[in-house]
Amino acid sequence: MNSSLSRPSKPRVLACGDSALTVEFGTTMEPGSNLRVFALDRALKNTPVEGITETVPTYRSLLVHYDPLKLGFSELSERLSALLDRPDTTERASRHWRVPVAYGGAFGLDLDAVAKAHGMPSEELIRRHSAPRYDVAMIGFTPGFCYLRGLDPALATPRQIQPRITTPAGTISIGGVQAAMQCLSGPSAWHLLGRTPVRAFNPHRDPVFLFEPGDTVTFERIDATEFERLERLVARGDIVAELVA
Amino acid sequence: MSVLEVVTAGPLTSVQDFGRFGAQRYGLTPSGAMDRLSLAAANALVGHSLSAPAIEIGPLKTTFVARGGPLSVALTGALRLARTGDDSCPLYRTFTLRDGDTLTLDAARKGVFSYLAIAGDLKGEAMFGSFSVNARAGLGSPYPRLLQNGDQLTFETTTLLPDRSLLPPVFGEGAIRVVPGPQYDEFGRAADVFFNSSWQISPTSDRMGYRLEGPSLTHAGNFNIVSDGTVDGSIQVAGNGRPIVLMKDRGTTGGYPKIATIMSADFGRFAQTRPRHMIRFAAIDVAAAQREAHAFHALLQSLPARIRTT
Repeated sequence: MNSSLSRPSKPRVLACGDSALTVEFGTTMEPGSNLRVFALDRALKNTPVEGITETVPTYRSLLVHYDPLKLGFSELSERLSALLDRPDTTERASRHWRVPVAYGGAFGLDLDAVAKAHGMPSEELIRRHSAPRYDVAMIGFTPGFCYLRGLDPALATPRQIQPRITTPAGTISIGGVQAAMQCLSGPSAWHLLGRTPVRAFNPHRDPVFLFEPGDTVTFERIDATEFERLERLVARGDIVAELVA
Repeated sequence: MSVLEVVTAGPLTSVQDFGRFGAQRYGLTPSGAMDRLSLAAANALVGHSLSAPAIEIGPLKTTFVARGGPLSVALTGALRLARTGDDSCPLYRTFTLRDGDTLTLDAARKGVFSYLAIAGDLKGEAMFGSFSVNARAGLGSPYPRLLQNGDQLTFETTTLLPDRSLLPPVFGEGAIRVVPGPQYDEFGRAADVFFNSSWQISPTSDRMGYRLEGPSLTHAGNFNIVSDGTVDGSIQVAGNGRPIVLMKDRGTTGGYPKIATIMSADFGRFAQTRPRHMIRFAAIDVAAAQREAHAFHALLQSLPARIRTT
Protein backbone atom coordinates (compact mmCIF):
# COMPACT_ATOMS: atom_id res chain seq x y z
CA MET A 1 0.00 0.00 0.00
CA ASN A 2 3.01 2.27 0.45
CA SER A 3 3.48 4.70 -2.37
CA SER A 4 7.03 4.96 -3.68
CA LEU A 5 7.23 8.39 -2.08
CA SER A 6 6.72 7.10 1.42
CA ARG A 7 8.79 3.96 0.99
CA PRO A 8 11.03 3.71 4.04
CA SER A 9 14.77 4.07 3.69
CA LYS A 10 17.01 1.02 3.55
CA PRO A 11 17.99 -0.16 7.02
CA ARG A 12 21.63 -0.03 8.12
CA VAL A 13 23.43 -3.10 9.43
CA LEU A 14 26.03 -2.10 12.06
CA ALA A 15 28.51 -4.34 13.87
CA CYS A 16 28.31 -4.46 17.67
CA GLY A 17 31.59 -6.24 18.24
CA ASP A 18 32.13 -9.74 16.83
CA SER A 19 29.09 -11.49 18.33
CA ALA A 20 26.19 -9.12 17.61
CA LEU A 21 24.93 -6.68 15.03
CA THR A 22 22.15 -4.15 14.96
CA VAL A 23 19.72 -3.61 12.10
CA GLU A 24 18.84 0.07 12.35
CA PHE A 25 15.61 1.25 10.70
CA GLY A 26 15.83 4.87 11.82
CA THR A 27 17.21 7.17 14.46
CA THR A 28 13.95 8.50 15.91
CA MET A 29 11.03 7.09 17.88
CA GLU A 30 8.63 7.23 14.95
CA PRO A 31 6.26 4.25 15.02
CA GLY A 32 7.15 3.05 11.49
CA SER A 33 10.67 2.03 12.55
CA ASN A 34 9.35 0.21 15.63
CA LEU A 35 6.86 -1.78 13.51
CA ARG A 36 9.60 -2.75 11.04
CA VAL A 37 11.75 -3.93 13.98
CA PHE A 38 8.91 -6.20 15.11
CA ALA A 39 8.37 -7.45 11.54
CA LEU A 40 12.02 -8.49 11.16
CA ASP A 41 11.94 -10.09 14.61
CA ARG A 42 8.88 -12.14 13.59
CA ALA A 43 10.51 -13.08 10.28
CA LEU A 44 13.56 -14.43 12.15
CA LYS A 45 11.29 -16.34 14.50
CA ASN A 46 9.46 -17.94 11.58
CA THR A 47 12.60 -18.53 9.51
CA PRO A 48 15.34 -19.20 12.08
CA VAL A 49 18.94 -18.61 11.02
CA GLU A 50 21.34 -21.18 12.48
CA GLY A 51 23.83 -19.35 14.71
CA ILE A 52 21.54 -16.53 15.89
CA THR A 53 21.34 -16.89 19.67
CA GLU A 54 18.78 -14.21 20.56
CA THR A 55 17.26 -10.94 19.37
CA VAL A 56 16.47 -7.72 21.23
CA PRO A 57 13.80 -5.50 19.62
CA THR A 58 14.09 -1.79 20.49
CA TYR A 59 12.36 1.39 19.25
CA ARG A 60 14.27 1.69 16.02
CA SER A 61 16.63 -1.23 15.70
CA LEU A 62 16.82 -4.97 16.16
CA LEU A 63 19.89 -6.21 18.01
CA VAL A 64 20.85 -9.69 16.81
CA HIS A 65 23.19 -11.74 19.02
CA TYR A 66 24.94 -14.56 17.17
CA ASP A 67 27.69 -17.12 17.63
CA PRO A 68 30.76 -16.02 15.62
CA LEU A 69 31.93 -19.65 15.55
CA LYS A 70 28.88 -20.52 13.43
CA LEU A 71 28.15 -17.36 11.50
CA GLY A 72 30.31 -14.60 10.01
CA PHE A 73 29.27 -10.96 10.04
CA SER A 74 29.06 -10.59 6.26
CA GLU A 75 27.19 -13.87 5.82
CA LEU A 76 24.61 -12.86 8.44
CA SER A 77 24.30 -9.36 6.96
CA GLU A 78 23.52 -10.86 3.56
CA ARG A 79 20.94 -13.23 4.94
CA LEU A 80 19.25 -10.41 6.83
CA SER A 81 19.25 -8.21 3.72
CA ALA A 82 17.53 -11.01 1.80
CA LEU A 83 14.92 -11.32 4.56
CA LEU A 84 14.37 -7.55 4.54
CA ASP A 85 13.78 -7.56 0.78
CA ARG A 86 10.92 -10.00 1.19
CA PRO A 87 7.52 -8.48 1.95
CA ASP A 88 6.29 -8.91 5.50
CA THR A 89 3.53 -11.52 5.40
CA THR A 90 3.64 -12.46 9.08
CA GLU A 91 0.65 -11.84 11.30
CA ARG A 92 1.18 -9.34 14.04
CA ALA A 93 0.15 -10.96 17.30
CA SER A 94 -2.15 -8.48 18.97
CA ARG A 95 -2.19 -9.22 22.64
CA HIS A 96 -3.81 -6.47 24.66
CA TRP A 97 -3.49 -6.07 28.42
CA ARG A 98 -5.44 -4.09 31.00
CA VAL A 99 -3.14 -3.03 33.85
CA PRO A 100 -4.53 -1.67 37.16
CA VAL A 101 -2.86 1.51 38.48
CA ALA A 102 -3.27 3.46 41.71
CA TYR A 103 -2.56 7.12 40.94
CA GLY A 104 -1.17 9.99 43.02
CA GLY A 105 -0.47 10.41 46.72
CA ALA A 106 2.09 7.95 48.02
CA PHE A 107 1.60 5.90 44.82
CA GLY A 108 2.64 8.71 42.49
CA LEU A 109 4.71 11.36 44.22
CA ASP A 110 5.01 13.60 41.15
CA LEU A 111 1.39 13.49 39.92
CA ASP A 112 0.29 16.85 41.33
CA ALA A 113 3.49 18.65 40.32
CA VAL A 114 3.27 17.35 36.74
CA ALA A 115 -0.42 18.33 36.52
CA LYS A 116 0.43 21.80 37.79
CA ALA A 117 3.30 22.15 35.30
CA HIS A 118 0.83 21.45 32.49
CA GLY A 119 -1.82 23.73 34.03
CA MET A 120 -4.39 20.97 34.36
CA PRO A 121 -6.18 19.42 37.33
CA SER A 122 -4.67 16.16 38.58
CA GLU A 123 -7.91 14.39 37.62
CA GLU A 124 -7.46 15.42 34.01
CA LEU A 125 -3.86 14.19 34.00
CA ILE A 126 -5.05 10.81 35.25
CA ARG A 127 -7.80 10.71 32.63
CA ARG A 128 -5.37 11.57 29.83
CA HIS A 129 -2.75 9.12 31.06
CA SER A 130 -5.19 6.22 31.31
CA ALA A 131 -6.96 6.94 28.00
CA PRO A 132 -4.54 5.67 25.30
CA ARG A 133 -3.82 2.17 24.16
CA TYR A 134 -0.03 2.09 24.53
CA ASP A 135 2.37 -0.06 22.52
CA VAL A 136 5.15 -1.90 24.34
CA ALA A 137 7.87 -0.43 22.10
CA MET A 138 10.68 -2.22 23.89
CA ILE A 139 11.56 -3.95 27.15
CA GLY A 140 14.98 -3.15 28.48
CA PHE A 141 17.31 -1.55 31.00
CA THR A 142 16.17 -3.86 33.83
CA PRO A 143 14.00 -7.03 33.70
CA GLY A 144 10.43 -6.25 32.70
CA PHE A 145 10.91 -2.49 32.27
CA CYS A 146 8.41 -1.65 29.50
CA TYR A 147 8.92 1.48 27.39
CA LEU A 148 5.48 2.54 26.14
CA ARG A 149 4.72 4.43 22.94
CA GLY A 150 1.51 6.47 22.72
CA LEU A 151 1.64 9.06 25.52
CA ASP A 152 -0.75 12.00 25.00
CA PRO A 153 1.61 14.72 23.65
CA ALA A 154 0.01 17.21 26.05
CA LEU A 155 1.60 15.24 28.91
CA ALA A 156 5.18 15.24 27.57
CA THR A 157 7.44 16.33 30.44
CA PRO A 158 11.23 16.70 30.40
CA ARG A 159 13.00 14.20 32.64
CA GLN A 160 14.10 15.32 36.08
CA ILE A 161 17.61 16.73 36.28
CA GLN A 162 18.37 14.91 39.51
CA PRO A 163 17.39 11.22 39.30
CA ARG A 164 15.87 9.56 42.35
CA ILE A 165 18.23 6.97 43.82
CA THR A 166 15.36 4.54 44.22
CA THR A 167 11.76 4.24 43.05
CA PRO A 168 9.39 1.44 44.07
CA ALA A 169 8.60 -1.76 42.18
CA GLY A 170 5.60 -1.33 39.88
CA THR A 171 6.23 2.37 39.29
CA ILE A 172 4.19 3.95 36.48
CA SER A 173 6.01 7.00 35.17
CA ILE A 174 6.50 9.39 32.27
CA GLY A 175 9.70 10.93 30.89
CA GLY A 176 9.90 13.13 27.82
CA VAL A 177 7.35 11.80 25.30
CA GLN A 178 7.48 8.29 26.76
CA ALA A 179 5.50 6.41 29.35
CA ALA A 180 6.90 3.48 31.31
CA MET A 181 5.85 0.55 33.40
CA GLN A 182 8.71 -0.45 35.68
CA CYS A 183 8.86 -3.84 37.38
CA LEU A 184 11.77 -3.74 39.83
CA SER A 185 12.69 -0.96 42.23
CA GLY A 186 15.56 1.14 40.99
CA PRO A 187 16.86 4.61 40.18
CA SER A 188 14.78 6.81 37.87
CA ALA A 189 14.77 10.34 36.46
CA TRP A 190 11.17 9.96 35.27
CA HIS A 191 8.06 11.47 36.89
CA LEU A 192 6.18 9.07 39.14
CA LEU A 193 2.41 9.12 38.47
CA GLY A 194 1.30 5.89 40.14
CA ARG A 195 1.97 2.26 40.89
CA THR A 196 0.67 -1.06 39.64
CA PRO A 197 0.65 -4.28 41.66
CA VAL A 198 1.40 -6.13 38.39
CA ARG A 199 4.87 -7.65 38.08
CA ALA A 200 6.11 -7.93 34.48
CA PHE A 201 8.92 -10.19 35.75
CA ASN A 202 8.78 -12.83 38.46
CA PRO A 203 11.38 -15.61 38.26
CA HIS A 204 9.23 -17.85 40.46
CA ARG A 205 6.05 -17.59 38.36
CA ASP A 206 4.98 -19.20 35.11
CA PRO A 207 5.13 -17.19 32.87
CA VAL A 208 8.27 -15.49 34.18
CA PHE A 209 7.73 -12.53 31.83
CA LEU A 210 4.21 -11.21 31.17
CA PHE A 211 4.68 -8.74 28.35
CA GLU A 212 6.22 -9.11 24.89
CA PRO A 213 7.58 -6.24 22.82
CA GLY A 214 4.68 -5.41 20.48
CA ASP A 215 1.90 -6.07 23.03
CA THR A 216 -0.50 -3.23 23.81
CA VAL A 217 -1.51 -1.94 27.23
CA THR A 218 -4.19 0.30 28.75
CA PHE A 219 -4.20 1.50 32.36
CA GLU A 220 -7.25 1.12 34.58
CA ARG A 221 -7.50 3.33 37.62
CA ILE A 222 -7.90 1.59 41.00
CA ASP A 223 -8.03 2.91 44.57
CA ALA A 224 -5.70 2.14 47.50
CA THR A 225 -7.95 -0.62 48.88
CA GLU A 226 -8.06 -2.43 45.56
CA PHE A 227 -4.28 -1.96 45.16
CA GLU A 228 -3.70 -3.70 48.49
CA ARG A 229 -6.09 -6.52 47.60
CA LEU A 230 -4.38 -7.12 44.25
CA GLU A 231 -0.93 -6.83 45.81
CA ARG A 232 -1.81 -9.76 48.11
CA LEU A 233 -2.89 -11.82 45.09
CA VAL A 234 0.35 -10.94 43.29
CA ALA A 235 2.35 -12.07 46.33
CA ARG A 236 0.70 -15.50 45.83
CA GLY A 237 1.86 -15.57 42.22
CA ASP A 238 -1.31 -14.28 40.53
CA ILE A 239 -0.94 -12.15 37.39
CA VAL A 240 -3.82 -9.65 38.01
CA ALA A 241 -3.12 -7.90 34.69
CA GLU A 242 -6.03 -8.82 32.45
CA LEU A 243 -5.38 -10.22 28.98
CA VAL A 244 -8.21 -8.63 27.01
CA ALA A 245 -7.43 -9.97 23.56
CA MET B 1 28.62 -33.68 51.61
CA SER B 2 30.90 -30.75 52.48
CA VAL B 3 30.41 -27.08 53.07
CA LEU B 4 32.56 -24.11 52.19
CA GLU B 5 31.61 -21.26 54.49
CA VAL B 6 32.31 -17.63 53.68
CA VAL B 7 34.04 -16.09 56.71
CA THR B 8 34.90 -12.69 55.22
CA ALA B 9 33.47 -11.83 51.82
CA GLY B 10 35.31 -9.12 49.94
CA PRO B 11 33.17 -6.99 47.62
CA LEU B 12 32.28 -8.29 44.13
CA THR B 13 32.34 -11.94 45.24
CA SER B 14 29.62 -14.16 43.77
CA VAL B 15 28.86 -17.51 42.15
CA GLN B 16 29.27 -17.27 38.36
CA ASP B 17 29.25 -19.57 35.35
CA PHE B 18 29.06 -18.55 31.67
CA GLY B 19 25.71 -16.77 32.24
CA ARG B 20 22.07 -17.04 31.15
CA PHE B 21 20.94 -16.29 27.64
CA GLY B 22 17.68 -15.91 25.75
CA ALA B 23 15.87 -13.27 27.82
CA GLN B 24 17.66 -10.06 26.87
CA ARG B 25 14.51 -9.10 24.92
CA TYR B 26 12.78 -8.91 28.34
CA GLY B 27 15.53 -6.82 29.92
CA LEU B 28 17.33 -9.70 31.63
CA THR B 29 21.07 -9.35 31.20
CA PRO B 30 23.19 -12.55 30.87
CA SER B 31 25.62 -11.87 33.75
CA GLY B 32 28.30 -14.60 34.00
CA ALA B 33 32.02 -14.64 34.76
CA MET B 34 33.96 -11.44 34.04
CA ASP B 35 36.97 -13.55 32.92
CA ARG B 36 35.78 -16.72 31.18
CA LEU B 37 39.30 -17.99 30.50
CA SER B 38 40.23 -18.02 34.20
CA LEU B 39 36.89 -19.59 35.16
CA ALA B 40 37.36 -22.28 32.49
CA ALA B 41 40.92 -22.95 33.75
CA ALA B 42 39.69 -23.43 37.33
CA ASN B 43 36.97 -25.77 36.11
CA ALA B 44 39.40 -27.77 33.94
CA LEU B 45 41.73 -28.23 36.93
CA VAL B 46 38.99 -29.82 39.06
CA GLY B 47 37.60 -31.86 36.15
CA HIS B 48 34.40 -29.85 35.63
CA SER B 49 32.89 -28.74 32.35
CA LEU B 50 34.50 -25.43 31.36
CA SER B 51 31.32 -23.41 31.92
CA ALA B 52 30.40 -24.86 35.34
CA PRO B 53 29.65 -22.48 38.23
CA ALA B 54 32.54 -21.48 40.53
CA ILE B 55 33.19 -18.66 42.98
CA GLU B 56 34.25 -15.38 41.41
CA ILE B 57 36.24 -13.53 44.05
CA GLY B 58 36.76 -9.75 43.98
CA PRO B 59 40.14 -8.04 44.50
CA LEU B 60 40.05 -7.61 48.29
CA LYS B 61 40.89 -10.01 51.11
CA THR B 62 38.46 -12.91 51.31
CA THR B 63 38.37 -15.86 53.72
CA PHE B 64 36.62 -19.23 53.63
CA VAL B 65 36.51 -22.16 56.03
CA ALA B 66 35.93 -25.80 55.05
CA ARG B 67 33.34 -27.78 57.06
CA GLY B 68 33.52 -31.48 56.43
CA GLY B 69 35.67 -32.49 53.55
CA PRO B 70 38.36 -32.90 52.48
CA LEU B 71 37.80 -30.74 49.38
CA SER B 72 39.97 -30.58 46.27
CA VAL B 73 40.01 -27.03 44.96
CA ALA B 74 41.77 -24.87 42.36
CA LEU B 75 42.36 -21.12 42.32
CA THR B 76 42.98 -19.14 39.12
CA GLY B 77 42.79 -15.59 37.78
CA ALA B 78 44.22 -12.60 39.66
CA LEU B 79 47.76 -12.85 41.02
CA ARG B 80 47.52 -12.87 44.83
CA LEU B 81 48.79 -14.70 47.90
CA ALA B 82 46.59 -17.45 49.26
CA ARG B 83 47.19 -19.66 52.28
CA THR B 84 45.68 -22.26 54.57
CA GLY B 85 47.09 -21.71 58.04
CA ASP B 86 50.82 -21.15 57.48
CA ASP B 87 50.95 -23.02 54.18
CA SER B 88 50.80 -21.01 50.99
CA CYS B 89 48.42 -22.28 48.32
CA PRO B 90 49.41 -22.48 44.67
CA LEU B 91 47.60 -20.81 41.80
CA TYR B 92 46.65 -22.94 38.76
CA ARG B 93 47.25 -26.12 40.75
CA THR B 94 44.89 -28.25 42.82
CA PHE B 95 45.23 -28.27 46.59
CA THR B 96 43.24 -29.75 49.46
CA LEU B 97 41.13 -28.14 52.19
CA ARG B 98 40.61 -30.39 55.22
CA ASP B 99 37.79 -30.09 57.73
CA GLY B 100 38.29 -26.82 59.62
CA ASP B 101 40.94 -25.42 57.26
CA THR B 102 40.74 -21.69 56.68
CA LEU B 103 41.54 -20.48 53.16
CA THR B 104 42.70 -16.86 53.11
CA LEU B 105 43.09 -14.89 49.89
CA ASP B 106 45.03 -11.66 50.31
CA ALA B 107 44.22 -8.64 48.16
CA ALA B 108 44.99 -9.13 44.47
CA ARG B 109 48.32 -7.69 43.30
CA LYS B 110 47.73 -8.06 39.58
CA GLY B 111 44.32 -8.54 38.01
CA VAL B 112 40.96 -8.14 39.74
CA PHE B 113 39.02 -11.40 39.85
CA SER B 114 39.99 -14.86 41.11
CA TYR B 115 38.07 -18.07 40.45
CA LEU B 116 37.81 -20.83 43.05
CA ALA B 117 36.49 -24.14 41.75
CA ILE B 118 35.68 -27.06 44.06
CA ALA B 119 35.68 -30.69 42.87
CA GLY B 120 32.03 -31.55 43.55
CA ASP B 121 28.52 -30.49 42.62
CA LEU B 122 27.46 -27.13 44.01
CA LYS B 123 24.03 -27.60 45.55
CA GLY B 124 21.59 -25.14 44.05
CA GLU B 125 19.15 -24.61 41.25
CA ALA B 126 19.94 -23.24 37.82
CA MET B 127 17.60 -20.44 36.73
CA PHE B 128 17.35 -20.01 32.95
CA GLY B 129 20.12 -22.58 32.73
CA SER B 130 22.57 -20.71 34.96
CA PHE B 131 23.71 -20.33 38.56
CA SER B 132 25.12 -16.85 37.84
CA VAL B 133 24.24 -14.17 40.35
CA ASN B 134 22.33 -11.16 39.05
CA ALA B 135 21.54 -9.35 42.28
CA ARG B 136 19.31 -6.69 40.71
CA ALA B 137 17.05 -9.33 39.15
CA GLY B 138 17.11 -11.53 42.27
CA LEU B 139 18.60 -14.42 40.31
CA GLY B 140 21.46 -16.75 41.14
CA SER B 141 22.02 -19.84 43.20
CA PRO B 142 22.43 -20.82 45.97
CA TYR B 143 22.17 -17.13 46.93
CA PRO B 144 20.51 -14.62 44.55
CA ARG B 145 23.00 -11.91 45.58
CA LEU B 146 26.68 -11.28 46.22
CA LEU B 147 28.17 -13.60 48.84
CA GLN B 148 28.10 -12.36 52.44
CA ASN B 149 29.85 -13.36 55.64
CA GLY B 150 28.40 -16.61 56.99
CA ASP B 151 27.04 -17.89 53.65
CA GLN B 152 27.41 -21.63 53.17
CA LEU B 153 28.03 -23.34 49.85
CA THR B 154 27.24 -27.04 49.93
CA PHE B 155 29.00 -29.52 47.64
CA GLU B 156 27.76 -33.02 46.91
CA THR B 157 29.63 -35.96 45.37
CA THR B 158 32.95 -34.34 46.16
CA THR B 159 36.06 -36.08 44.85
CA LEU B 160 39.64 -35.94 46.03
CA LEU B 161 41.92 -35.23 43.09
CA PRO B 162 45.59 -35.97 42.52
CA ASP B 163 47.97 -33.07 41.99
CA ARG B 164 46.93 -31.34 38.78
CA SER B 165 48.43 -28.15 37.38
CA LEU B 166 48.22 -25.86 34.38
CA LEU B 167 50.43 -23.13 32.99
CA PRO B 168 48.31 -19.97 33.30
CA PRO B 169 46.72 -19.55 29.85
CA VAL B 170 47.15 -16.13 28.25
CA PHE B 171 45.21 -14.57 25.39
CA GLY B 172 46.40 -11.34 23.79
CA GLU B 173 48.58 -8.55 25.11
CA GLY B 174 48.95 -4.82 24.79
CA ALA B 175 46.14 -2.64 23.51
CA ILE B 176 42.56 -3.86 24.01
CA ARG B 177 41.12 -4.53 20.56
CA VAL B 178 37.76 -2.98 19.71
CA VAL B 179 35.43 -3.11 16.72
CA PRO B 180 34.37 0.47 15.88
CA GLY B 181 30.65 1.14 16.11
CA PRO B 182 27.71 0.94 16.13
CA GLN B 183 27.65 4.77 16.45
CA TYR B 184 31.34 5.35 15.63
CA ASP B 185 30.53 7.66 12.71
CA GLU B 186 28.84 10.18 14.98
CA PHE B 187 32.02 10.89 16.92
CA GLY B 188 34.02 12.59 14.17
CA ARG B 189 37.39 13.75 15.49
CA ALA B 190 36.59 12.48 19.00
CA ALA B 191 37.16 8.99 17.53
CA ASP B 192 40.83 9.91 16.97
CA VAL B 193 41.06 11.15 20.55
CA PHE B 194 39.66 7.82 21.73
CA PHE B 195 42.30 5.78 19.90
CA ASN B 196 45.23 8.14 20.50
CA SER B 197 44.77 8.46 24.26
CA SER B 198 45.67 6.38 27.30
CA TRP B 199 42.81 5.57 29.65
CA GLN B 200 42.55 4.68 33.32
CA ILE B 201 39.83 2.54 34.82
CA SER B 202 38.00 4.40 37.57
CA PRO B 203 37.90 2.84 41.07
CA THR B 204 34.10 3.25 41.02
CA SER B 205 33.81 0.45 38.43
CA ASP B 206 31.81 -2.72 39.07
CA ARG B 207 30.23 -5.70 37.28
CA MET B 208 27.80 -3.35 35.50
CA GLY B 209 30.32 -0.98 34.01
CA TYR B 210 33.93 0.21 34.02
CA ARG B 211 34.28 3.98 33.82
CA LEU B 212 37.23 5.24 31.80
CA GLU B 213 39.14 8.34 32.90
CA GLY B 214 40.92 10.38 30.26
CA PRO B 215 40.11 13.18 27.84
CA SER B 216 36.50 14.18 27.27
CA LEU B 217 35.08 12.75 24.02
CA THR B 218 33.04 15.75 22.95
CA HIS B 219 31.44 15.46 19.56
CA ALA B 220 29.05 17.31 17.31
CA GLY B 221 26.23 14.77 17.47
CA ASN B 222 23.51 14.31 20.02
CA PHE B 223 24.58 12.69 23.28
CA ASN B 224 21.14 11.26 23.87
CA ILE B 225 20.15 8.74 21.23
CA VAL B 226 16.94 6.76 21.10
CA SER B 227 17.77 3.77 23.33
CA ASP B 228 18.98 0.66 21.57
CA GLY B 229 20.48 -2.68 22.56
CA THR B 230 23.82 -3.18 24.32
CA VAL B 231 26.35 -6.02 24.38
CA ASP B 232 29.23 -7.04 26.65
CA GLY B 233 32.03 -4.56 25.99
CA SER B 234 29.88 -1.78 24.47
CA ILE B 235 31.78 1.49 25.04
CA GLN B 236 29.11 4.14 25.52
CA VAL B 237 29.86 7.81 25.91
CA ALA B 238 27.67 9.71 28.36
CA GLY B 239 26.69 13.36 28.05
CA ASN B 240 29.76 14.51 29.98
CA GLY B 241 32.01 12.97 27.31
CA ARG B 242 33.17 10.17 29.64
CA PRO B 243 33.22 6.63 28.25
CA ILE B 244 31.78 3.70 30.21
CA VAL B 245 32.46 0.12 29.16
CA LEU B 246 29.40 -2.06 29.76
CA MET B 247 30.27 -5.27 31.62
CA LYS B 248 28.45 -8.51 32.48
CA ASP B 249 25.65 -7.00 34.62
CA ARG B 250 24.94 -4.21 32.07
CA GLY B 251 21.47 -2.90 31.30
CA THR B 252 20.22 -4.59 28.11
CA THR B 253 19.42 -1.25 26.46
CA GLY B 254 20.95 2.18 26.77
CA GLY B 255 20.45 5.70 25.50
CA TYR B 256 24.02 6.87 24.91
CA PRO B 257 25.96 6.55 21.63
CA LYS B 258 28.49 3.70 21.52
CA ILE B 259 31.82 4.49 19.92
CA ALA B 260 33.15 0.90 19.81
CA THR B 261 32.81 -2.61 21.23
CA ILE B 262 35.58 -4.63 22.87
CA MET B 263 36.06 -7.84 20.90
CA SER B 264 34.81 -10.87 22.81
CA ALA B 265 38.23 -12.55 23.06
CA ASP B 266 39.77 -9.49 24.78
CA PHE B 267 36.86 -8.91 27.19
CA GLY B 268 38.25 -11.01 30.06
CA ARG B 269 41.69 -9.40 29.78
CA PHE B 270 40.05 -5.99 29.94
CA ALA B 271 37.87 -7.07 32.91
CA GLN B 272 41.04 -8.03 34.80
CA THR B 273 42.56 -4.55 34.36
CA ARG B 274 43.02 -2.85 37.70
CA PRO B 275 41.81 0.66 38.55
CA ARG B 276 44.43 3.35 37.83
CA HIS B 277 46.20 1.09 35.35
CA MET B 278 46.78 2.79 31.96
CA ILE B 279 45.35 1.09 28.89
CA ARG B 280 44.94 1.88 25.20
CA PHE B 281 42.47 0.73 22.58
CA ALA B 282 43.23 -0.44 19.04
CA ALA B 283 40.74 -0.82 16.20
CA ILE B 284 40.18 -4.23 14.63
CA ASP B 285 37.71 -5.10 11.86
CA VAL B 286 34.86 -7.54 12.46
CA ALA B 287 36.31 -10.36 10.36
CA ALA B 288 39.64 -10.23 12.23
CA ALA B 289 37.84 -10.03 15.60
CA GLN B 290 35.88 -13.14 14.62
CA ARG B 291 39.11 -14.97 13.79
CA GLU B 292 40.30 -14.02 17.29
CA ALA B 293 37.03 -15.36 18.71
CA HIS B 294 37.80 -18.71 17.02
CA ALA B 295 41.34 -18.70 18.45
CA PHE B 296 40.01 -17.86 21.92
CA HIS B 297 37.48 -20.69 21.71
CA ALA B 298 40.24 -23.09 20.64
CA LEU B 299 42.34 -22.03 23.63
CA LEU B 300 39.40 -22.65 26.01
CA GLN B 301 38.75 -26.07 24.52
CA SER B 302 42.43 -27.03 24.80
CA LEU B 303 42.56 -26.46 28.58
CA PRO B 304 41.63 -30.00 29.73
CA ALA B 305 44.37 -31.48 27.52
CA ARG B 306 46.94 -29.06 28.95
CA ILE B 307 46.47 -30.26 32.54
CA ARG B 308 49.62 -31.85 33.95
CA THR B 309 49.33 -34.57 36.55
CA THR B 310 52.24 -35.60 38.74
